[in-house]
Amino acid sequence: MASETTHAAEAAEHYVGMPQLNPDWFSNQIFWLVVTLVVIFFVLSKVALPRIAAVLAERHGAIQGDLDKAEEMKAKAIAAEEAYNAALAKARAEAGVIVAEAKAEIQKELDIAIALADAEIAAKAAESDVEIQKIRDGALAAIKDVANDTTAEIVKAIMPGADDAKAVKAAVAARLKG
Amino acid sequence: MASEAEGGSPFNIHPMDQFVIKPLFGDGDITWYTPTNVTLWMGITVLIIIALLVFGTRGRAIVPSRSQSIAEVIYSFLYSMLVDITGKEGVKYFPYIFTLFIFIVVANIVGLLPGAFTTTSHIAVTATMAMAVFLTVTILGFVKNGMAFLGIFWIGSAPLILRPILAIIEIISYFVRPVSHSIRLAGNMMAGHAVIKVFAGFAGALGIGAVAPIIAIMAVYGLEMLVVVIQAYVFTILTCVYLKDALHPAH
Repeated sequence: MASETTHAAEAAEHYVGMPQLNPDWFSNQIFWLVVTLVVIFFVLSKVALPRIAAVLAERHGAIQGDLDKAEEMKAKAIAAEEAYNAALAKARAEAGVIVAEAKAEIQKELDIAIALADAEIAAKAAESDVEIQKIRDGALAAIKDVANDTTAEIVKAIMPGADDAKAVKAAVAARLKG
Repeated sequence: MASEAEGGSPFNIHPMDQFVIKPLFGDGDITWYTPTNVTLWMGITVLIIIALLVFGTRGRAIVPSRSQSIAEVIYSFLYSMLVDITGKEGVKYFPYIFTLFIFIVVANIVGLLPGAFTTTSHIAVTATMAMAVFLTVTILGFVKNGMAFLGIFWIGSAPLILRPILAIIEIISYFVRPVSHSIRLAGNMMAGHAVIKVFAGFAGALGIGAVAPIIAIMAVYGLEMLVVVIQAYVFTILTCVYLKDALHPAH
C-alpha cells in the first residue's frame, strides 16, 4: 500500500514513457501551433517579406544604376579620349602645314637672297677679272719695259755704242713672242 | 526529491521530463486552450521572429545592418531554393515555405537554451505541419492538374511491366511522406535533447569530477546546433520537393 502511493507520487513527478505520445496534450499543442503559424504567416506576408523584397530590389536597382552610370562615364571618357586624339591629330596636321608654308617662304626668301648674292658675286668677280686683266697687262708691259731696259743696259755694257734702241726693242719683242 | 529521500540510485535521470507539458498558471487540466509551456515557448519563438524579420529590417538600409543582413540571407537562401526546385510557379507559395522554415529553425534554436521547452520535439506539432503540407500538396495537385496529378504514380520512363509495381511503391511512399516528414524532425529534436539531459544527469551524479560528461555535453550541444538547422532545412526542402510534384506532376 505504502509502496503503491510512492509509486503514484513518483509517476506524478516524473513522467513515465514518452510525453510526446500522450493524446490528452495533442489538442493543446495543435491549437497553439496553429495560432503561432497564423501569426507568423501574417507578420511575414504583410510586413517582413514585402519589406525585405523591397530592400533587395532597391539594392539591386541601386547597384544596377551605379553600374549603368559607370558604363556611361566610361563611354564618355572613351569619347573624350577620341576627341582629344582627333584634336591632337588635327593640330599636328595644321602644324605640319604651317611648317611647310614657313619652309616654302623661307626657301623663297633664301632663293632670292642666293640669287642676289650670286649676282653680286658675279659682278664682283667680273670686276676682279677686269682688274686682274689690267694688272696682268700692266705687269706684261712692265716686263717688256724691264726687258728692254735690261737688254739695252746689257748691250750697252757689252758692246758700247751699239745700243740701237729700236733694234733692241724689236729683238726683245721677237724673243718675248717666242 | 521524493526518490532521493527514498534512497534510490544516484543515477536517477529522467530525460523525458523536459518534454512534459505543464499549464503556465495553476495545476489544472490541460484543455485545448490552456496556456501551457507550449504557448510560452511558441510565443518566444514568434517574438524572436518578429524581432529579427520586422525590427531587424526596420532600417531598410541599402547597406544592411547585421540583423537585416541575417534576414536578407535567410530570404535569399529560401527564395533561391524554392525557385530552383519548383520553378517560377512556386514563388507565390514563398510565404508558406518561409513561415515553416523560420518557425522550425527558431523554435529548434530556442529549444536548445538550457531549461527551454522544445516545441518541435513533439510529434503532435511536427505531424500537424507535415499533414498540412501533405494535404496542401495533394489538394493543390488535383486542383492544378485534375486527374493528371495521378501521373506521379505512373512512371512513364519505366518498362511497361514494371509500371504497376512501381505505381504501388510510389503510392505507398506518397502516403508515408507525412509520417517520415514529421517523425524525422521530432525524433531528431527529442533524441538530441534527451542525450544532453542524460549526460547532464551523469554530471549531477558525479558532482565535482564531472569533467567528462560536461565535455560530452559541449560536444553534443555543438552537434545539436548543426542538427537543429539541418532539420529545419530538410523539412523545408522536402516541402519544396512535394510542392514541385503538385505543380509539375510529370516525372
